[in-house]
Amino acid sequence: MARASSKRSKIINSLIAWTLGLIIFFPILWIIILSFKTEGDAIRSPIAVVISNWTFDNYFVVQDRSDYFKHFYNSVFIALGSTFLGILIAVPASWSMAFVPSKRTRGILLWMLSTKMLPAVGVLYPIYILFIALGILDSRIGLVVVLMLMNLPIIVWMLYTYFREIPEEILEASRMDGAGLREEILFVLAPMALPGIASTVLLNIILAWNEAFWTLNLTAAKAAPLTAFIASYSSPEGLFYAKLSAASVMAIAPILIMGWFSQKQLVRGLTFGAVK
Amino acid sequence: MSTQQSRSAAKVMLAPAVVLLMAWMLVPLSMTLYFSFKKYLPLRGGDLGWVGFDNYTRFVSSSSFWPAIGTTLLIVGGVLFITVTLGILFSLLLNQPFWGQGIVRIMFIAPFFVMPTVSGLVWKNMFMDPVNGFFAHLSRAFGSEPIQWLSQESILSLTIILSWQWLPFATLILLTAIQSLDSEQIEAAEMDGARLLGRFWFIIIPHLARAITIVILIQTIFLLAIFAEIFVTTAGAFGTKTLTYLIFQRVLESQNVGLGSAGGVYAIILANIIAIFLMRIVGKNLSD
Amino acid sequence: MSLKNILKAATAISVLTVSAAAADNLVIATVNNGDMIRMQGLTDDFTAKTGHTVEWVTLEENVLRQRVTTDITTKGGAFDIMTIGMYETPIWGSNGWLVPLDDLSAEYNVGDILPAMSGGLSHDGTLYAAPFYGESSMIMYRTDLMKAAGLEMPAAPSWSFIAKAARHMTDRDKGINGICLRGKAGWGEGGAFITAMSNSFGARWFDEDWNAQFDTREWSDTLNFFVNMMTDSGPAGYATNGFNENLSLFQQGKCGMWIDATVAASFVTNPKDSTVADKVSFALAPDNGMGVRSNWLWAWALAVPAGTQKEAAAKQFIEWATSNSYIELVAANEGWANVPPGARTSLYENPNYTSVPFAKMTLDSILSADPNNSTVDPSPYVGIQFAAIPEFAGIATEVSQEFSAVYAGQQSIADALAKAQAITNDAMEAAGYR
Repeated sequence: MARASSKRSKIINSLIAWTLGLIIFFPILWIIILSFKTEGDAIRSPIAVVISNWTFDNYFVVQDRSDYFKHFYNSVFIALGSTFLGILIAVPASWSMAFVPSKRTRGILLWMLSTKMLPAVGVLYPIYILFIALGILDSRIGLVVVLMLMNLPIIVWMLYTYFREIPEEILEASRMDGAGLREEILFVLAPMALPGIASTVLLNIILAWNEAFWTLNLTAAKAAPLTAFIASYSSPEGLFYAKLSAASVMAIAPILIMGWFSQKQLVRGLTFGAVK
Repeated sequence: MSTQQSRSAAKVMLAPAVVLLMAWMLVPLSMTLYFSFKKYLPLRGGDLGWVGFDNYTRFVSSSSFWPAIGTTLLIVGGVLFITVTLGILFSLLLNQPFWGQGIVRIMFIAPFFVMPTVSGLVWKNMFMDPVNGFFAHLSRAFGSEPIQWLSQESILSLTIILSWQWLPFATLILLTAIQSLDSEQIEAAEMDGARLLGRFWFIIIPHLARAITIVILIQTIFLLAIFAEIFVTTAGAFGTKTLTYLIFQRVLESQNVGLGSAGGVYAIILANIIAIFLMRIVGKNLSD
Repeated sequence: MSLKNILKAATAISVLTVSAAAADNLVIATVNNGDMIRMQGLTDDFTAKTGHTVEWVTLEENVLRQRVTTDITTKGGAFDIMTIGMYETPIWGSNGWLVPLDDLSAEYNVGDILPAMSGGLSHDGTLYAAPFYGESSMIMYRTDLMKAAGLEMPAAPSWSFIAKAARHMTDRDKGINGICLRGKAGWGEGGAFITAMSNSFGARWFDEDWNAQFDTREWSDTLNFFVNMMTDSGPAGYATNGFNENLSLFQQGKCGMWIDATVAASFVTNPKDSTVADKVSFALAPDNGMGVRSNWLWAWALAVPAGTQKEAAAKQFIEWATSNSYIELVAANEGWANVPPGARTSLYENPNYTSVPFAKMTLDSILSADPNNSTVDPSPYVGIQFAAIPEFAGIATEVSQEFSAVYAGQQSIADALAKAQAITNDAMEAAGYR
């Protein structure tokens, strides 16, 4: 009796969950479908779109017009570079706040988060002028630094919450055994914090990959990532749904695939360690 | 107990992050402040001298200022409301046993990976376009007039787009929180004959309080700064000018850096008011 | 290895280094319009001729404007060539931000550029940008629908005829709208259209003392006429339709008439994209009997920002891209109908091109547009669908947003005009005009 009802509820749950999941995923599914259609077919009614012929042409046209791999390489470089640099600076900072807290720790933490609320547009001119003066306009290094700074508060905060979950007694024990500070971080803290660091890394790669204001405004030909690649397909003359879909799929696919493969870590990352 | 050694080491380790962020905040901030007291028109030769608080009064007295504040609050509030409400419902659902959990979960997270420009463009063209969009085809199939989403329901449209992007985030955080809810607690409540709604209201919601504040805090930080979604969909038309967008218009479209900078200072003040308000709540939740 | 071979190798290396030193890599910012994308595809021809390579930064129009304006005002030097329009060129040129194009080769023949275009791309008689293509606006209409409505399009129609024809051609059950016009917010979109239209109704942006003129009857007449006509015979949701949306509607056979850029003619008559390619004819943009027509003048042009290290190579590229031989190159590859129009006089004397159906009407439209006398009453500004002052883009975008809100039924014409008046006067005050 109980079993039958649980089976029935499982069927109902599955139905609801699949329906909602498909609705939420639908926009992405739809552009994947449109990207394999001709421009003329892509604007027809949904049923006509689905039953029309499939073609790979859009992908070739897009690659031919704008070197996808150059933009892809820049995106990867900027996303990985800024995340790596951010982690490098944030790990010691969060470590010290988590294990050697002072009266100011909470204040510093909240202040760091509040820097994220500065509206980027307001400082475009100052930053642009600064970049010219430093000679890093349209350079990957410049973007790595800016995106690192943008996301640093989030990285510090996430790592801080992870580190706080590590029981202090373990560190005490290692100190008793005569471990120095370096050993403590390398052999005790790092292994325990690795899952937290991994999810922080993942989340920051996503944030850096998707950042569209600075990456567009501080680059020209050399350092332009996929956000700039998209800007050349957004509203050209004539029909464009199929080509825009293909370009969109190309721009989001790498991060989507990465996200899917690392789902478990990411879920943890998204919780900011603050939810137990 | 921390030793003297680790205490001083901690300071050294904290320093780079603090110094960098300080610079990242102070350099642009002081430049914004500097420009905000200047008549600075790049297309008219740049710096045209000090003007005191002129930019500040002009920015506020513009007919677009209060509507922009209203739009900002409406969009941020709307998205928060939708994502939190649906997030709770979805997380409760995803916590139930059903077939294909892995795949469904992937479908729920997917929108979070889509870059804002792409999601704006896709919704605007492929879905909300009144002629060739998916919704327009759908309405015509049912024999009704297509809705002019981005002109007549502009704020609603933006709220939908942004909610779609942020729903995965809310759902996942809330899901993790629910999974940690003791099943014995629920069963005990069931024994006591607590009804479904009662269980939801008195056990689940209080348990989620901390997760909800996290969702609200993080989303507010990101939503106050949204730009790309508006830029590619309505470009600020039909009452969708947020404070961020108004600053963009002043700085880049009108090429009045002084005026835009004054707007930037207002935005920082607004952000800090909201931040202090949020920190009060979250700070309490975080320090337990 | 023999001495001879070594010598040979050494010469080869030195030749390589010499040509490498002379070869530059140009970074060019451009807009993602069809003609520019075609130019990108033909870059190899330029590289083969000069040895210089090209890197393209192709952006959507609004992003491009934002990007190049930031770069030019801060002297960022991110680009060696920028694609800009007739609005930016004189302003930037007068600020000394562009390299004067006064030493182009004799072979290039500057004198062949249509005077309307070179006039609009100059400041104080010096050319600062070379037109890649030029345009005016004109009426494109469906001959079959016009005939079915029992009407005949005059060569130079009036607004009242257009409104009447639009009502007759409209057949909403068949999805046919009598007229498609731009209503989209943005100074280069709906803003440009309504400004050009208002000229023919006797309206202007500013009086001679730079006072905004939106409180005048001429402006309210313009908006009333436009809104009434579009409500009766325009497509649903025209408040968000710009050039591209209307082009797509027209190509799908959903518009009886469309008044827009002359460059659209080659798209609507191209059987590959257009379902109505063989049923389109052209006429001059309408007037209202006040002596000024409602057509505009625009050019997308290539300019070299001052301070670039690669000035010589950049000029070489501009000569290549805006020359007659480039036109011939496109004609050989894509046919004469697809060459960049509206820039050179000789193109309109070329028998290969005069047989193209829209060639004459394009030229007539361009020739009938005069940026220096664009309004019925005198005005202090140059420009037809814009006023060539730095503040205009910002103001007109905001004003056109108010107008678009009217088109979407969100506010009354009187409210929109009152707001436009306040916005404009406020911005002009901030800029120090008043």
